[in-house]
Amino acid sequence: MTVTYPTIRRERRRVRYQNGWALAFLAPWLIGFFAFTAGPMLMSLYLAFTNYDLLTAPKWIGGGNFRRMFGEDPLFLQSLKVTAIYVAVGTPLSLCFALAVAVVLNRGLRGLDFYRSAIYLPSLFGGSVAIAVLWRKVFNGDGLVNQILALVGIQGPSWISEPHTALGTLIALEVWQFGAPMVIFLAGLRQIPREFYEAAQVDGASRYRQFWGITMPLLSPILFFNLTLQLIRSFQAFAPAFIISDGSGGPADSTLFYSLYLYQEGFVNFDMGYAAAMAWMLVLLAGAVVAVNFIFSRYWVHYEN
Amino acid sequence: MRTERKRLLAHFALVVVTLVMLYPLVWMVASSFKPTDEIFSQPGLIPKHFEPSNYAEGWKGVSTAFSIFIENSLFISVAAIIGNVISCSLAAYAFARLNFIGRRIAYATMLVTLMLPTHVTLVPQYILFNELGWVNTFYPLFVPHFFAVDAFFVLLMVQFIRSLPRELDEAARLDGCSPWKTYRYIVFPLLRPALVTTIIFTFIWTYNDFFKQLIYLNDVQLFTVPLGLRQFLDSTGDSSWGPMLAMSTLALVPPLVLFVTFQRQIVDGVATSGLKG
Repeated sequence: MTVTYPTIRRERRRVRYQNGWALAFLAPWLIGFFAFTAGPMLMSLYLAFTNYDLLTAPKWIGGGNFRRMFGEDPLFLQSLKVTAIYVAVGTPLSLCFALAVAVVLNRGLRGLDFYRSAIYLPSLFGGSVAIAVLWRKVFNGDGLVNQILALVGIQGPSWISEPHTALGTLIALEVWQFGAPMVIFLAGLRQIPREFYEAAQVDGASRYRQFWGITMPLLSPILFFNLTLQLIRSFQAFAPAFIISDGSGGPADSTLFYSLYLYQEGFVNFDMGYAAAMAWMLVLLAGAVVAVNFIFSRYWVHYEN
Repeated sequence: MRTERKRLLAHFALVVVTLVMLYPLVWMVASSFKPTDEIFSQPGLIPKHFEPSNYAEGWKGVSTAFSIFIENSLFISVAAIIGNVISCSLAAYAFARLNFIGRRIAYATMLVTLMLPTHVTLVPQYILFNELGWVNTFYPLFVPHFFAVDAFFVLLMVQFIRSLPRELDEAARLDGCSPWKTYRYIVFPLLRPALVTTIIFTFIWTYNDFFKQLIYLNDVQLFTVPLGLRQFLDSTGDSSWGPMLAMSTLALVPPLVLFVTFQRQIVDGVATSGLKG
């Protein structure tokens, strides 16, 4: 093969470094990274080991904040429990709905665009305060849910003021927003070649077999992606819990989400050191869950090649 | 025959799901036109007594006119959009097209910031803005966006730029274009679809964001739509459902208008990049 002059030139140009230009283009990102991400992270790591009320200088207390979390603070453990239930129940439920509806929608029915948009709409409004206000009304003692239950003769409880049901209403709100993962599933399902199903049909495989033999393995990377995304998102839920309980986490701390408690400690009580420690604990916990998810993914996520 | 029945069954199931998804929203809109006692008494949609005064009353607000909240929210959102469009596209161009030392490390670092919970930087950022005297101003809510803190959009644009033919850049370079001119006159205009996605989602996220606005804004004159809605909840409790639902309905109009206008783009954006609403 003969090497032509332009090829060499292009090759040389490709390798030539453009450090100066890159620095200019990346300057905003670099400043942002150091000023708003890396710097604050280091600072919050330091603050996590101090007592700091924003007015007097931070006082080093070693692992005091962490001992307080797990030894002397039942509210912290409560917030951890609430968030754990929310994540453990809400995430699988919304992914199941998302997958089931996506599979049905993928059958080539007419009106797909309409269904997809309508089901996605609640996700668009997401954790907005308007939706949280609506939710508070819907699950109120004489709200929509109980009005509908009354039609079939059931006297519903006052959902949001009962400790047993308040968290359930927030999980329902999360599940109601299954449209976003559904859209992602739908895109994944469309990537699966039709021929696979045709071949399976020739072999006489039932729909059930087809789902577990073809759809699930080929969709597993998307499922993994959705799961990871949903986990990270659920860990940080805030606005609905705040609105439903008027910022208190009530009734009886049953909706005291981790973020809500962190907000209370940091920005109501101005216990900034404790809030920083909680933030790092959240990173560790969410990170651990995501890591476990990654490790287990080896056994159930199938990548081609 | 059998497949026909299955098809009908699927449609039936989907209609039920769609109804359950949309009913609370439709109920909210319908209830916002009902007198308060009627909201309590019946789940039906059509108001017996049409009550548009809920909107007039809600618009007057609790202590401050609702229009001020909307103005404030729009200001913050537009400023955040401008910041994201400029800073994220600049960074994306460098990551996608320029060779520089440490590119891999910088890019990997940016990807890691995607996964970080916002809480970990929250407290020091608050302290920083407090030192700058920016608490109770709009600055903390939009200035960071001018420094490409939303790594998600950088990633989105990097992927988009990589799909553009490199020959365009090469040709521009042969014609004597500097990287700046290549970015400004070739890449940036071609980036439009990615920019539209960025604009839509920056708007919706900034407009809906409650946490940061709650922390940084204290003065009622600076309140945004989410804070305004919350104020409603506080002072009038559950007694004036009508005006409250009227303003909640109104608060959803801007994202809804965007959604109706850019439906395809939003859904495709979610599908390809895993953006969350």
